[in-house]
Amino acid sequence: MSEPVKSIVTPVRLDYVYTAGVASTRFLQGLAQGRILGQRCPVTGKVYVPPRGSSPTHGVPTEEEVEVSDKGTVTTYCIVRIPSENLSVKPPFVCAHILLDGADIPFFALIQGCPFDQVRMGMRVRAVWAPKEELAPTFESIRWFEPIDEPDAAYESYAEHL
Amino acid sequence: MSILSAPHVLEYPYRRSLGPVLGAFFTGLRDRRLVGARTPRGRVLVPPQEWDPETGEAVQEIVPVGESGVVTSWAWVFAPRRHHPLERPFAFALIRLDGADTALLHVVDAGEPSRMRSGLRVRARWRAETVGSIRDLECFVPEASA
Repeated sequence: MSEPVKSIVTPVRLDYVYTAGVASTRFLQGLAQGRILGQRCPVTGKVYVPPRGSSPTHGVPTEEEVEVSDKGTVTTYCIVRIPSENLSVKPPFVCAHILLDGADIPFFALIQGCPFDQVRMGMRVRAVWAPKEELAPTFESIRWFEPIDEPDAAYESYAEHL
Repeated sequence: MSILSAPHVLEYPYRRSLGPVLGAFFTGLRDRRLVGARTPRGRVLVPPQEWDPETGEAVQEIVPVGESGVVTSWAWVFAPRRHHPLERPFAFALIRLDGADTALLHVVDAGEPSRMRSGLRVRARWRAETVGSIRDLECFVPEASA
């Protein structure tokens, strides 16, 4: 008699078609042009990136489009040491929240271009874009962010975004 | 402006450890045997559980049950979908196997809903190859046509 059966595979799979909607479509088309587009809340003046078409705090439409910088400040980060499928980078690597200049909410991205243990809060970084011919309406148009030669941002400048 | 859309697949390929009781059930399926778990009060649970759902006591032994049983409840699927176990219309049914006191959810290949009823006797049809999966039972068929 062969070995007892000790486990079974019980996959869960959901097949969606994701429809981006107006705000996300504008944002993704911006990425295809090498631009990062947000939207401003008409009540608070805060700029949200990526935009969702409405203000999360006031519920009103965010109709004013604002281009923000592809430079920003690391507000917080984590070092990933666990490999997983479908990842293009090898651990250990750093995922960070980056407060882009001109934005009021951090943006989630990879950090490359320096040893993982040198990433720190307040570090100044800039987007590394895909080559022009590969720019497309996808987050993959931004490969990752890498450090730039600027002094670290003061804690107070991003404290409210942690 | 045309709105963008794209396929998005969310998939979790779980592997589940079975433990001693469900392990015996799935090992039985691979070996073309159907088994249940007997509780201290003498009830036989199929599919087996590790504890008596009424008292919480551990089940006492794994016991063989029949390959035939009776439909206790059913629902007809007129238009099977991609992941359904059969490509033709079928019934999902609760089946109480001979020797069991609880019912197993499975599939009855009855051809048409008029052949289905609670109380219908059905018999297991095994797949040509068994691997230790509930799908080792391809389906159940009415006993008259088994």
